[in-house]
Amino acid sequence: MAMLEVNDLKVYYGVICALKGISFHVNEGEIVSLIGANGAGKTTTMQSIIGLLPKKSGHILFDGQDITRTPCHKIVHAGMTQVPEGRRIFQELTVYENLLMGAYTNKDQGKFKSDLESIYDRFPRLAERRNQIAGTLSGGEQQMLAISRALMCHPKLLMLDEPSMGLSPLLVDQVFDIIKDINRDGTTILLVEQNAGKSLAISDRAYVMETGSIVLTGTGAELAASEKVRKAYLGG
Amino acid sequence: MELIFSTLINGLSLGGIYAMIALGYTMVYGIAKLLNFAHGDIIMVGGYLIYVFMATNNPLLAIFMAVIGCVILGICVEKIAYKPLRGASPLAVLITAIGVSNLLQSLAQIIFGSAPKMATVYDFGIVKLFGATIQISSLVTLVVAFAVMTALTLFVKFTRLGRAMIAVSEDRSAAQLMGINVNSIITVTFAIGSALAALAGLFYLLKAPSISSTLGAMPGIKAFTAAVIGGIGSIPGAMLGGILLGMIESISYKITAIAPYTDAIEFSILILILLVRPTGFLGKKRREKV
Repeated sequence: MAMLEVNDLKVYYGVICALKGISFHVNEGEIVSLIGANGAGKTTTMQSIIGLLPKKSGHILFDGQDITRTPCHKIVHAGMTQVPEGRRIFQELTVYENLLMGAYTNKDQGKFKSDLESIYDRFPRLAERRNQIAGTLSGGEQQMLAISRALMCHPKLLMLDEPSMGLSPLLVDQVFDIIKDINRDGTTILLVEQNAGKSLAISDRAYVMETGSIVLTGTGAELAASEKVRKAYLGG
Repeated sequence: MELIFSTLINGLSLGGIYAMIALGYTMVYGIAKLLNFAHGDIIMVGGYLIYVFMATNNPLLAIFMAVIGCVILGICVEKIAYKPLRGASPLAVLITAIGVSNLLQSLAQIIFGSAPKMATVYDFGIVKLFGATIQISSLVTLVVAFAVMTALTLFVKFTRLGRAMIAVSEDRSAAQLMGINVNSIITVTFAIGSALAALAGLFYLLKAPSISSTLGAMPGIKAFTAAVIGGIGSIPGAMLGGILLGMIESISYKITAIAPYTDAIEFSILILILLVRPTGFLGKKRREKV
């Protein structure tokens, strides 16, 4: 059974149709990418799935439950969260407090402590800077923090919106490695990226979006080899 | 010496009142992103509730009922007037807030009449300290206000709910992604703000035991000024702005030459601060990082 199933999702911003009825699914354990140019509707898709854009039509099923009309915070409690575009960490809180906010759905102190330890093991930089104000971290560290904060609520499905945006090539590779790691630990991933090459390389399947529609789908390898995708998104 | 001491005590106690009202403005602004201009009138409602329940001759019961009543009123105002306007233009919300303010004042006038009502909650008397004659009620106000502010600071910093309030004020959609129910955080914020306003109403009655339907208007505007001076949206800013404004007012009243212009001086300071530092003393400046 698909962990996430999106059927005929339509979103309007006023009179402008941002999503023209898209359908796709994500199976348990997969990494699935949505790729496409700026303005194709990738972020809109993510935000409407997580419940941040309430005005939409179609059906969204998560773990068999209809979440089309469910508010964001309840979807998070049900086991899905998102690393938003631009990271959106709490700039004026410390690294530790950001992680504490990430664990908002978890009221078990013992579990919180062990989660915190495993995050600090995975990202020693965050451990070093645990009492630093998050807004003073470098871009790469902020992205690590944003991902860690999302992991603190143990999502079954983690959506990442442009996690490589604005990072140096070295850090981009690191972010994709982290995503692979998280997936290996059992978290299903839905990834939105403009960096089509790197995201196809780690994806089981992918969908190509163009101006509010899905125009192409296939396995990561198939799409990476496809003439059309190479021309449009991989620079030849 | 005694002049300085009494000015200091009066300034701090008045500042404590302004700070408590300013906290209501600033927390609601930080979390719901709206200027609740009806906030001052909650003070007035608190005052009338104390007046009504003083019929029992039990000051503690009257204070308790005023706080509970104002909390319920604050929550109702939010649910009925502001919640339907979430996402509407700021101007629509502002006009609604002024409408709510007028409504509360008019209702008070219909119920209690336009002549001021007298309510002596408790007569603490006076005390001589360092040669200065001090109203004990000023000391009580000062102590309670600072205790409440300390408690609020600790609550926001160290409780799950308090931290959720900070998260919502920093970034509403990121907070939702943490699983925080923004609507219930807004409700809690209105409840806390209204409880503080009820206490402010009590402090006004301790200063001068007369209530009319416009009791909250001037303190509301003054406290709003304090919140802006301190940096709207900032909790320590509201405290700082409130105490600063209280001190300025208390000093200005003691200097005969400028005493009649006290209000003008306070609002001039607001204009000056807005010109020099539009975000106020402790207001947020957004940092962007790539």
